[in-house]
Amino acid sequence: MRMLGAEAVIECLKAEEVEIVFGYPGGAVLTLYDALFKTNFPHVLTRHEQGAVHAADGYARATGKTGVCFATSGPGGTNLVTGIATAYMDSIPLVAITGQVGVSLIGKDSFQEADICGITTPITKHNYLVKKVQDLPRVIKEAFYIARTGRPGPVVIDISKDVFNDTLDFEYPDSVELRGYKPIFSGDASKIDLVVTELEKAKKPLLFIGGGVNISGTSEELRKFVESTGIPVITSLMGLGCIPCDSAQHLGMVGMHGTYAANMATMECDLLLGVGVRFDDRVTSLVKNFAPKAKIVHFDIDPAEVNKNVRSDFRVIGDLRWSLPLLAEKASMQGLQKWQQETGEWNKLVQEWKKEKPPASELEAAGIKPQAVIEKVSELTKGDAIIVTDVGQHQMWTAQSYTFKKQRSFLTSGGLGTMGYGLPAAIGAQITLPEKTVVLFTGDGSIMMNCQELATMADNGLPVKIIVMNNQVLGMVNQWQRMFYGKRYSHSSTKGCTDFVKLAEAMGVTGLCVTEPEKLDAILEKALKMEGPVLVEVLLPATEDVLPMVPPGGRLDQMVLGGVF
Amino acid sequence: MKYTLAVLVENRPGVLTHISGLISRRAFNIESIAAGPTEEADTTRITIGVEVEDEFELDQVVNQLSKLINVIKIINLTYVDSIQRELALIKVRANKANRSDLVDIVEIFRAKIVDVNRETLVIELTGEEAKIDALCEVLVDFGIIEIVRTGRIAVSRGPVPAKEM
Repeated sequence: MRMLGAEAVIECLKAEEVEIVFGYPGGAVLTLYDALFKTNFPHVLTRHEQGAVHAADGYARATGKTGVCFATSGPGGTNLVTGIATAYMDSIPLVAITGQVGVSLIGKDSFQEADICGITTPITKHNYLVKKVQDLPRVIKEAFYIARTGRPGPVVIDISKDVFNDTLDFEYPDSVELRGYKPIFSGDASKIDLVVTELEKAKKPLLFIGGGVNISGTSEELRKFVESTGIPVITSLMGLGCIPCDSAQHLGMVGMHGTYAANMATMECDLLLGVGVRFDDRVTSLVKNFAPKAKIVHFDIDPAEVNKNVRSDFRVIGDLRWSLPLLAEKASMQGLQKWQQETGEWNKLVQEWKKEKPPASELEAAGIKPQAVIEKVSELTKGDAIIVTDVGQHQMWTAQSYTFKKQRSFLTSGGLGTMGYGLPAAIGAQITLPEKTVVLFTGDGSIMMNCQELATMADNGLPVKIIVMNNQVLGMVNQWQRMFYGKRYSHSSTKGCTDFVKLAEAMGVTGLCVTEPEKLDAILEKALKMEGPVLVEVLLPATEDVLPMVPPGGRLDQMVLGGVF
Repeated sequence: MKYTLAVLVENRPGVLTHISGLISRRAFNIESIAAGPTEEADTTRITIGVEVEDEFELDQVVNQLSKLINVIKIINLTYVDSIQRELALIKVRANKANRSDLVDIVEIFRAKIVDVNRETLVIELTGEEAKIDALCEVLVDFGIIEIVRTGRIAVSRGPVPAKEM
């Protein structure tokens, strides 16, 4: 069928079963937006391109599908960069379609021209510059295939304005042929036999699960394995939700702000099974001191993750959807009961660690405790909500205090640590899961980075509940300055002049404020029951730290626990 | 240690930039990089000389490069019996008095003189890196004006091509 390039893009999206696009129009994509108009294709207009890409990312994390965003050439494309890098660091399937100036103008510093392929090369799984309309169907087919297969990631398709206006006989390819890209699914099963042998020998085994379990949707398989073996579990920030936080075997998050039990177990274990993790420095601290007594096993889909940060003794390369069920099956065939008895002492020890150092929120302090806010929301939502955060203290408090129970229920920028991620990501999640409660925990610093998206939220009637943990400082920066920079609070105060309730109201979002601890529960309950988007500003003391904390370069058992622990 | 990798890639614009960018971005040191078309029109072969600390680091280079969509295959030629060559063009000062000395040196190295004028000679030499280094060292006494080197290319001995290794 003969059609415009712009119409072909829409046809391709339909063929890829794309439900919705987040974007912002501009000169180079006007024909594309005209095609959107004509086909009435679902599209959300954000207020900034960064909002569009984070929303597409949030959509992808919440659903497991590929997020799609549009932006125009030049500044439109460059505004996507932070969001693309965020998705890249956390392996999120995303296709970003950007307009480019006309073919004859490329490379001439033309109006609104930027080399988006060049700019995004280090932060994409792959990217394309399309200069011929005939290439469009193949490129889009490849882009979606690359984004969602293997280790997922963002793909950019930069399309010249001419291509949108040119015509082609549209035919969407059935398959993809890429000589250099053959994502592996199953690997070498004999490697799993080796792991099982090591498991049998181990007296202090520990399972370390990461974002890969969330991405591959294998939390069910993992839970079965954990239940049948009784093996203790620690998680990275990105792995939260894959194992219910209140399950007996779960020791909590590991690393810089990990729990006492998780960090101690890491230091003492004799076999560490890393599943879908990349041993980020926020987890390991100094690599040479990480799990010093343990043999390390690494399950990952990406061979490049092996030995990148931590050297592993055994590795199983392949999709977790292949390796985890096989591990469970082989382990059960070896008779785990006997093995479980032998690790009984170890299980007792980790449970003692868990009891010995309870979370900080049990203790009383003046003002509203941030943990109390999160725990109340946790109680009200029963672990069934989609929890989104920005980046900073509130992010760590949420990771520590919310009782996550389901995979894909925690959306946060882990790898890049992008302030401003939360609000648009919550939009992306809520729009695709209207029946779900979506709660955004953010800080007075983070919310301001993309607060314009409050308008997007209101315009689309998205009932996201936003909790702004306002301590009038850039909390994490402030904490580091307090702990490591002699209390020289260089430019970390937000001065507290912003009225978040008024800001919310100005954008069409209901605003509430809590200043007294005794009113906290009632206001949170009210906010969660209200229809439509609500922003709750919670005033917190500025000196509240995120603890425990492993100081940079310290060992995991050298945590600063603080007096309240 | 120095390693030689043969990288087969799709002949598309920007692939060389992708590869060199990725290696340097990951803080590995590229010692030499040479790219050219192969017997298959849609394939380019890039020979990369990298200096890394150990095999673990080399594995990282290979694994990271393998992730690039346009990379078809990477072969480590370091331990394969292979022929390695580099081409150099060296412009050196020459006058009536010492020209014949230069001609002797060029013959010893089995190089070629490809341009002569009253003041200079241009010498063309192919060979292993060390051989080119050796000639350059000898020519220093005459006064080297400029050197152009291509970077290393390598091919294995025997009938099996890299793409089938």
